[in-house]
Amino acid sequence: MNRFDYHRPATLAEALVLGATPGAAYLAAGTNLLDLMKLGVARPGVLVDVTRLPGLDRIERLPDGATRIGAMVRNSDLARDDGILRDYPALAEAILAGASAQLRNAATVGGNLMQKTRCRYFQDMASACNRRSPGAGCDAVGGVDEGMAILGWSDACIATHPSDFCVPLAALDAVVEIAGPAGAREVPVTAFHHLPGLTPAQDTALAPGELVTAIRLPPAAAGFRQHARYMKLRERTSYAFALVSVAAMLRWEDGTIREARLALGGVAARPWRATDAEALLAGAALGRDAFEAAAHAALADARPANGGEAKIELARRLIVRTLMLAAAGTPARIPALPASPFAATEESLTHA
Amino acid sequence: MPDTLTFPPRMGSSVGQPLSRRDGFQKVTGTATFAADNHPAGMLHAVVATATIARGRVTHLDVAAARAHPGVVEVLTPANRPPLARDPDEKLLPFGFRIEVLQDDRVRYAGQPIALVVAETLEAATEGAALLAPRYAAEPARVTMETGAPYAPQAVGIGGPARVAHGDVEAGLAAAAQRITAEIDTPPQYHNAMEPHALVAEWQGDRLTLDMPNQALVMARGTIAGFFGVPPENVLLRSPFLGGGFGSKAIVNGPQILGILAARMLGRPVKLALTRAQMFGPVGHRGQTRQTLRMGMDAEGRLTALHHHAVAATSSFDDFIEPAAAASRPLYESPAILTTHSAVRMDIGTPGPMRAPGEASGSAALEVALDVAAEACGMDPLAFRLANYAETEPITGKPFSSKALRECYAEGAKRFGWAGRPLAPRQMRDAGGLLTGWGMGTAVFHCPMFAADARATIRADGSALVETAGADMGQGAWTALAQIAAEALGIDADRVEFRSGSSDLPDGGVAGGSGHTATAGLALHSAGEDAVAQLAALALADPESPLFGADNAGVFGRGGRLYRRDDESRSMAYADILARAGVAQLQGRGRGVRNPKAAEGHALMSHGAVFAEVKVDPDLGQMRVTRLVGAFAAGRIINPKLARSQLLGGMIWGISFALHEEARHDPRSGRLMNADLAGYHVPVQADVPALDDMVALMIHEDDAVVNPLGVKGVGEIGITGTVGAIANAIWHATGYRPSRFPVHIADVLPALR
Repeated sequence: MNRFDYHRPATLAEALVLGATPGAAYLAAGTNLLDLMKLGVARPGVLVDVTRLPGLDRIERLPDGATRIGAMVRNSDLARDDGILRDYPALAEAILAGASAQLRNAATVGGNLMQKTRCRYFQDMASACNRRSPGAGCDAVGGVDEGMAILGWSDACIATHPSDFCVPLAALDAVVEIAGPAGAREVPVTAFHHLPGLTPAQDTALAPGELVTAIRLPPAAAGFRQHARYMKLRERTSYAFALVSVAAMLRWEDGTIREARLALGGVAARPWRATDAEALLAGAALGRDAFEAAAHAALADARPANGGEAKIELARRLIVRTLMLAAAGTPARIPALPASPFAATEESLTHA
Repeated sequence: MPDTLTFPPRMGSSVGQPLSRRDGFQKVTGTATFAADNHPAGMLHAVVATATIARGRVTHLDVAAARAHPGVVEVLTPANRPPLARDPDEKLLPFGFRIEVLQDDRVRYAGQPIALVVAETLEAATEGAALLAPRYAAEPARVTMETGAPYAPQAVGIGGPARVAHGDVEAGLAAAAQRITAEIDTPPQYHNAMEPHALVAEWQGDRLTLDMPNQALVMARGTIAGFFGVPPENVLLRSPFLGGGFGSKAIVNGPQILGILAARMLGRPVKLALTRAQMFGPVGHRGQTRQTLRMGMDAEGRLTALHHHAVAATSSFDDFIEPAAAASRPLYESPAILTTHSAVRMDIGTPGPMRAPGEASGSAALEVALDVAAEACGMDPLAFRLANYAETEPITGKPFSSKALRECYAEGAKRFGWAGRPLAPRQMRDAGGLLTGWGMGTAVFHCPMFAADARATIRADGSALVETAGADMGQGAWTALAQIAAEALGIDADRVEFRSGSSDLPDGGVAGGSGHTATAGLALHSAGEDAVAQLAALALADPESPLFGADNAGVFGRGGRLYRRDDESRSMAYADILARAGVAQLQGRGRGVRNPKAAEGHALMSHGAVFAEVKVDPDLGQMRVTRLVGAFAAGRIINPKLARSQLLGGMIWGISFALHEEARHDPRSGRLMNADLAGYHVPVQADVPALDDMVALMIHEDDAVVNPLGVKGVGEIGITGTVGAIANAIWHATGYRPSRFPVHIADVLPALR
């Protein structure tokens, strides 16, 4: 639809009123929404521009030690924030592994959560897609996109969530703060994106009119900073979505893992938290054997949606690699090719 | 026209100097005006509606809904499309292609234009096109080698022979000590210049002004005039800048004709710019191939037979057969060489010339096969190529006009550090544990010339104006051509005004086939010489001139002065010669065309050697080209700065071919599923080696035969050799021998235990 109303509210309250209009969509940087509108995939009748809302562009340390990141914080600002770099280095590495510098300068935290799958069949209006048109069918099944899900998919939808940023968020137990017509609430990031089941069109936990206002990282999330990595495997060294990505974080004492966090990207319709693998790692001896077992556990239920057996094997190997790197230590500085196997290795692995 | 070099390189010449681009400032400040930057008063916007099926008929278009949308002015469909003066299904040789301009309701491929919506705004036209909601009677799509219809083509490429046989290949194979077979698939690729096709067309009566990027202005002018039944002079085609062409902008396509037609039908200027997605369909592409090479070698590793067979895809309604097997004709010595092609009709847009058509795909397969052969013989890949070095052109026996390939091998290998490379794969790791492989390939490209004309005017103030309708698509033609003209004129390049990129100038020929510098350059050089000769005649006839008494061959121009060759203390400024003769200005004319007599006895080729280092993650299979060294012998280099950029650019396209570019059809629908630059990968900065590790060496080569300038061309050779070198480095790193391009992580994974 090339005709729509555009509003730029000055307050959150005003935005929520406008956002409750049927057919309304919140617009932040538009790096995904505007593309979808041009393709005809998204046809909002009302755009509510939330980029000027006061107070949503701040990164705050809360009294309990948690960190709150406003939904309008730009990706580039977040990845260069001293506090983020110090306490959540894998988060910064993941952001810098995504998109391009130009896109990161524009894209927001809230928009990153809300972005849609890049499934080619979702974006092609001539293809059947249950996510776009419930009940239409899924042409991605049996299609030419090998990048489809290996976990949590259904016959109705085999698409993946494309975010890098959300993968360490899931590992860090981040919480999504939401405002809406019925008031404020919060949802764990791991429950924010829905698996497709029979209703892939309902892809997030947001009710109509609700708006993401912030992400909150709990105090414990900073406890992994010395052993936290994000790795991303892809066909192009930069500016490509992940075939598979992994966020891995470790705390250990005397060679025994006390706590591990593991999440995968590019494998499911949500950033995939591998809790079984984490349970296996907790209490295990630090080392490759434990990491191999964890990788096995993380992918125990994996099935390739489109004959992509290679993807499962790559996910297994990338989990082991990322855990090994996390064990070796967070680099003092984010490498020049963030999250890449080709990142320079001579950096000091001692993170403050 | 002289057929040897008429001037030695000398002090004060701009030729050979690394001048910066004349248009660089305009480009980086955004003041260069590209076609779509034009907005004449009253301009309408046209948007093409395209088919979403690959074969069948359009049974319904909701024209009423489109027309009812506010701002929509007209909807062109087969039902109301005004007639053209020429049948779009007529085949016009050599460069003409059948085009899709709403001649009927047939759908020949996904992405074919099925309607054109014209509106007051781009948004209204876009929405109007969406409202057409086409319905189809679809037939099964044929977009794979397996489902297409095979046939024996009459010709490949632009009129090339489909089959060339020399000696007895089967006997050569039978007698061989070693035999190998290699099968390589290459995918469909799309040009995707940074600037999509775009035009602004304005008619005044039966005269057309057309702003449109184009690689062959005067030829395109004639084609377009033919479609509209007007004399070519009535069409003014302006193309001062092109945001890349890659062959796609050399050939007139359907959307262009539709946009011009809409402007005439509606009596208002019309702009039509294709979207990125629409660049995948009606504007040409590199057709996919399936290639098989069979080779036999004797005990010393010398070829006894070479058979290169290529199956190439073309459309259901026209023929452009990627001449891939032709790459095996001019390069390696063998008593028996057979190159053959077959073709498969598919429901795709017609392929066309794209970045070294034939050579790129063919060299990719040939150089992989060479590596397989070297491995079979237990030989170093470079030693194997040297053992099969062709001193004369293998099939014809003709001498090469020049061939410094041996020097390319030597200099490239030295710069790369090839010596000491272990023969077996998986022997090298870097300090970080990444598998490291080294591979090489030979680069080769022919040296075509087209025909061009030029004018050179020496003005009263001693400056000059030179003119030819050439095309600068980013390669730097404006700069290099002006340098050649300045050289011939004996005037400093900064005093030479260069006008180009407009069809009312003398025909600049085609900016394609890497032949633009040689062709348009020769025309400009001849025009400059003609002007200087006229100037000399004035001076020599003037008894008061210090040059009086020197004969015509006894003077030369430099820095805007004419000197006696035997006594440089006797000279006279151009401006003074004109002033004394009472001549306001004088104009020389020149033509650039190959002298067939000089060339027919020789093989005319550029050569090169490319060495690649690839690193591969030993567990994850992610690949990266970390070093790339090319050494090229391409005749005389007019501007080493621009030539280096051209060669590096070609090598980067080689990275793209080897690891990235691939259009993906869904075989069920026939639609391309990655028709955007997120899905259709080309290399980004991080995929290209650091500048210190990305080297293009230019090897000296004098060639008085290829043309009087000695210029062979550097536009396309960089992609050849590079693709194979990268594939061979992947093998050396991993032990996996690529059998298709681009090489994906999943392909190498089984080799990584």
